Amino acid sequence: MPEPSPLLVVDDLKTYFFTRRGITKAVDGVSFTLHAGETLALVGESGSGKSVTCLSLVRLVPEPAGRIVGGRVLFEGDDLLRKTRAEMRRVRGKQIAMVLQDPMTSLNPSLTIGTQVSEVVRLHQRLRGASLRERVLQALRRLRIAAAETRLRDYPHQFSGGMRQRVSSAIALSCAPRLLIADEPTTSLDVTIQAQYLELLKEVQAAAGVAVILVTHDFGIVAANADRVAVMYAGKIVEMGSTLQVFDHPGHPYTRALLRCLTDAGLKRQQLVEISGQPPDLARLPPGCPFAPRCPERQAICEQVAPPTVTVENGHTASCWAASPVAT
Amino acid sequence: MILQALGLTKYFPVTGGFTVNKWIKALDGVSVQVAEAETLGIVGESGSGKTTLARLFLLLERPTSGSLLFDGKATRDFGRDDLMRYRRSVQAVFQDPFSSLNPRMRVEDIVAEPLPRENGLGGAATRGRVGDVLQMVGLPRESTALYPHEFSGGQRQRIAIARALVGTPKFIFLDEPVSALDVSIRAQILNLLKHLQATLGLAYVMISHDLGAARYLATRLAVMYAGKLVETGACDAVYTRPLHPYTEALLSAALPLHPSARRQRIILTGEVPNPMNPPAGCRFHPRCPRVMPQCRSEEPEWKEVEPGRFTACHLY
Repeated sequence: MPEPSPLLVVDDLKTYFFTRRGITKAVDGVSFTLHAGETLALVGESGSGKSVTCLSLVRLVPEPAGRIVGGRVLFEGDDLLRKTRAEMRRVRGKQIAMVLQDPMTSLNPSLTIGTQVSEVVRLHQRLRGASLRERVLQALRRLRIAAAETRLRDYPHQFSGGMRQRVSSAIALSCAPRLLIADEPTTSLDVTIQAQYLELLKEVQAAAGVAVILVTHDFGIVAANADRVAVMYAGKIVEMGSTLQVFDHPGHPYTRALLRCLTDAGLKRQQLVEISGQPPDLARLPPGCPFAPRCPERQAICEQVAPPTVTVENGHTASCWAASPVAT
Repeated sequence: MILQALGLTKYFPVTGGFTVNKWIKALDGVSVQVAEAETLGIVGESGSGKTTLARLFLLLERPTSGSLLFDGKATRDFGRDDLMRYRRSVQAVFQDPFSSLNPRMRVEDIVAEPLPRENGLGGAATRGRVGDVLQMVGLPRESTALYPHEFSGGQRQRIAIARALVGTPKFIFLDEPVSALDVSIRAQILNLLKHLQATLGLAYVMISHDLGAARYLATRLAVMYAGKLVETGACDAVYTRPLHPYTEALLSAALPLHPSARRQRIILTGEVPNPMNPPAGCRFHPRCPRVMPQCRSEEPEWKEVEPGRFTACHLY
């Protein structure tokens, strides 16, 4: 059986910010593919380029400071980077939807929930009146907003944090998108509410067959929800593979170090192995591997030449001079 | 030395025009103690009262009722000297090192600020002490002349720790000490805190919603829900065998660190109750998977179920 063609192909995407301090390479040659129904986690620390990657996919990079300077984003075969603004507006919200970190800022505090959900449905599905209302209610019910009819007239501040995030997910999923980009969707939520939300997202995703790009810095969320992981550092994907592959045989020293320095609620650790140093300044990157100054396995070549991307096992790559295929 | 809270309660008034007609019950009858050189982890979700408890301990708020004892003496009866001694012995490190350090002060002045001026510490001695604590937290002695904005988040948190340490305290309250930091920096700060505790014999009270970080540092754990303690006990015992259904659900909601450990989680329905109008009986009963009829009306008593393990639940 031939492999189905991927929903999204990102090829050598580059987004730079042009500032007085110089050029900040926020996203520097990112490539990945995503199939329908799949969940890809983008993990990394702040400033690693995960959010800018997502904004680039939907062409919402803050201009004029930021610009997509190269690469291709093929969504169902069409290059999104070649579309006009008007064409992009028809893609955003309809085919690609986003959920952001803080629902208190992504929802408009002065409009009712009903208005905000129906705005998207009205624009993209061109529905009016009773059928519009029906679709809005259906979207809210799918995300388990209790008593949806009466809550249509409520404002965001009348909802709790977890419910607000469900409302903004209802908006995102109301037009049955093919791709959902969730940028740190649970960072502002409490642990038990986070568990509720992630479980619900999984359910809705399975039912609707939507592909998800899940941006997070939390390896627990990756372990629990992602099919595949891309680890980002300083604007580059340094390692990518299935979740099990990356957790079982991390191929990049950065991934290995991260997995060793995490605290785990299920395990008492005597000592955490820390990563020394700070994440690099993106405007002044070293010529070689960006992780080299902090890397415990650094060699002479690492500081001079950017590392190759090595296939460590089927579907699992790492960008490191020391990476080698896993013996199986 | 020992810090002890006895039935601490804090209600905040909600004013409607000129009259107070409602109270937010932020903390309701909490009794807990901290002994020297131990780490008490306080975990719970937002609104559970963790931060209010810390603010009471730091004397930043007065309790509505209940008392706070330091070496057996109630803080409410403190004279000037007692208060000085208390403030020297009890220090704090806050969550966000971007807002807890004054951006217009140099590191030297920030760190030296808690040092009392009158007991003979002149310029040189103060500078020496500041340099020493900076070194202890892993910053170069020369950083004294710099301003906070010249440091990264992790380094700023080190400055905040240095400020807490400078007066040789016995107790340090850590309010979400690593939540605002990047993953790769968290381990550095947690290891530093652990190392300082071992070398200086400090007691920590660590307030956190990060169950992993709490497990790493804490020796004893207190779980809070809706302004009340639901369970306390030795940290490992609570993690491996929680008594209260809320503790069980909270721990099960913490995500495992390996994909093969994906398991059936206890997903709680509903939300944390409104602190203005907490439910009758046990405050957890509307969300409790093991609720019984008496939970709806009778408030469970706080009792020692096993040696060293306290909980408030009708199951025991």
